[in-house]
Amino acid sequence: MAEVLVLVDHHDGAVRKVTAELLTAAARLGAPSAVVVGKPGTAESLAAELGAFGATKVYAAESDDAANFLITPQVAGLAAAAAAANPAAVLLPATIDGREIAGRLAVRLNSGLLADAVDVESVDGDVVATQSAFGGEYTVRYKVTTGVPIISIRPNAIEATPTAASAQVVPVEITIDPAISATVIADHPEPVGDRPELGAAAVVVSGGRGVGSADKFRVVEELADSLGGAVGASRAAVDSGYYPPQFQVGQTGTTVSPQVYIALGISGAIQHRAGMQTSKTIIAVNKDSEAPIFEIADFGVVGDLFTVAPALTEAVKARKA
Amino acid sequence: MDIAVLIKQVPDTYSERKLRKQDWTLDRDAADAVIDEIDSRGVETALQLTEAHGGEVTVLTMGPERAAESLRKALAMGAHKAVHVLDDGLAGSDALQTSAALAAAIRTLSVDLVITGNESTDGRTGSVPAMLAERLGLPQVTSVRTLEIDGPALRAERVHDGGYSEVTASLPALISVTEKINEPRYPNFKGIMAAKKKPVSTMGIDDLGLDPSTTGLANAASQVVDGTPRPPRTAGEKVADDGTGGTKVAEFLAAARLI
Repeated sequence: MAEVLVLVDHHDGAVRKVTAELLTAAARLGAPSAVVVGKPGTAESLAAELGAFGATKVYAAESDDAANFLITPQVAGLAAAAAAANPAAVLLPATIDGREIAGRLAVRLNSGLLADAVDVESVDGDVVATQSAFGGEYTVRYKVTTGVPIISIRPNAIEATPTAASAQVVPVEITIDPAISATVIADHPEPVGDRPELGAAAVVVSGGRGVGSADKFRVVEELADSLGGAVGASRAAVDSGYYPPQFQVGQTGTTVSPQVYIALGISGAIQHRAGMQTSKTIIAVNKDSEAPIFEIADFGVVGDLFTVAPALTEAVKARKA
Repeated sequence: MDIAVLIKQVPDTYSERKLRKQDWTLDRDAADAVIDEIDSRGVETALQLTEAHGGEVTVLTMGPERAAESLRKALAMGAHKAVHVLDDGLAGSDALQTSAALAAAIRTLSVDLVITGNESTDGRTGSVPAMLAERLGLPQVTSVRTLEIDGPALRAERVHDGGYSEVTASLPALISVTEKINEPRYPNFKGIMAAKKKPVSTMGIDDLGLDPSTTGLANAASQVVDGTPRPPRTAGEKVADDGTGGTKVAEFLAAARLI
């Protein structure tokens, strides 16, 4: 069975959740092989965890420089692993970094790129990826006709299933060309707090212009916390300064697809809907009974979010107690 | 410093966008076309840099005839000249092919910096800037929210999924800008009049030295297998809050085993 390469998304010695999702996807297409790009010793330290999600090989593309340069170390690592493995596909997370790594790799390997896939499958020997275009208005299936299919997969789109395998570490040589690399001087992680990441959360509670102020976003946060969910905001709320831009859901922000999406005081402009309408279940609370968000909501409450949301928070807490 | 800015004419995200049933490519006639909002920020970035450091701004686009409207708008903002990559043989290009054509056009200019938007609102592949950098042998800094030029290098704050990084790269380089970088200026009357006299050159497959057997939909490295419009999401239950709205939502979620 041909190998399928998965770029491991890791930070501070921990493997991010999307890696397990990609390994699960890889197992549908062939034998999952993880590619770890990092400082020497990183692959060895992550091998057991990667094996628990089905990786049978771990390519160690290691260099002391790996953390200093942007994007190009990962491109070099995947290119080296692809040369060694002759894989059936290369899978990466559809994050900001993942998309760029995929772009450079596609040129380097002269291979077709399928970006931001929500599903992958093997059909008559071809690797076929499903994309959701225009915020879920269309579902389109693609295949690659040149080179190795390079596929970036949206976090949270595929459910990770643990599959015990023991992973064998295989070193590959990488050379990073400083002339085509940007150098990272300092990294400033945003404090993430206890909430799940917006793009990967099973529950997202978002507030819009109707929330009215930054202080009042507390109502949105309290509901999100009672459900163990992430907090999002509409563009109108972000532009009004109610909530920081990295939490913006929509066409120009993050696209989310959670099990439950709760829209509080959001009218539901196409801009916003494009970023959330593939959510499994949509709940809307808005004062305006004509708000377009109700057209796509599975359950809508016409009312004041400042009475409905706290009541819901209490009801959720009561059920969990 | 001389700068190339890539702009793309896209369907307005505020209007309904469609894919063509025959081949599942973008139906560019179905929606109002506008310059991608993010690209006017790229033009603004370039104008501010040339105002401070001298040099010329060239705007480039690839697309059908009417994409020239977007070039005119950028010229009206103050860009000096424009290149329109225009050839029926390029229709239906995927990201890999688009990056090859744009790289060939950029090679005909001699620039210190290439600026793009960080992601177009229609394709959302977000990988063309990285592909271009790879083809042109340049370092790339994407998702830039602040930028300064410091002699032979640039310094930038780059937004990523978990925060931001301070990054440097030597020039020439490629950057892509986020919507936080600046507020683009509006073209004034003088700018609009001046734009009419500014040079717009058109380049096709031959001018770019591309092999016609590698271009267009038929030779794309990725192909559509099939497509389906999403069944319209239908409105579910809607209730007016009589004081029990919150409890009703909880009951709905519990019935669906979501809490």
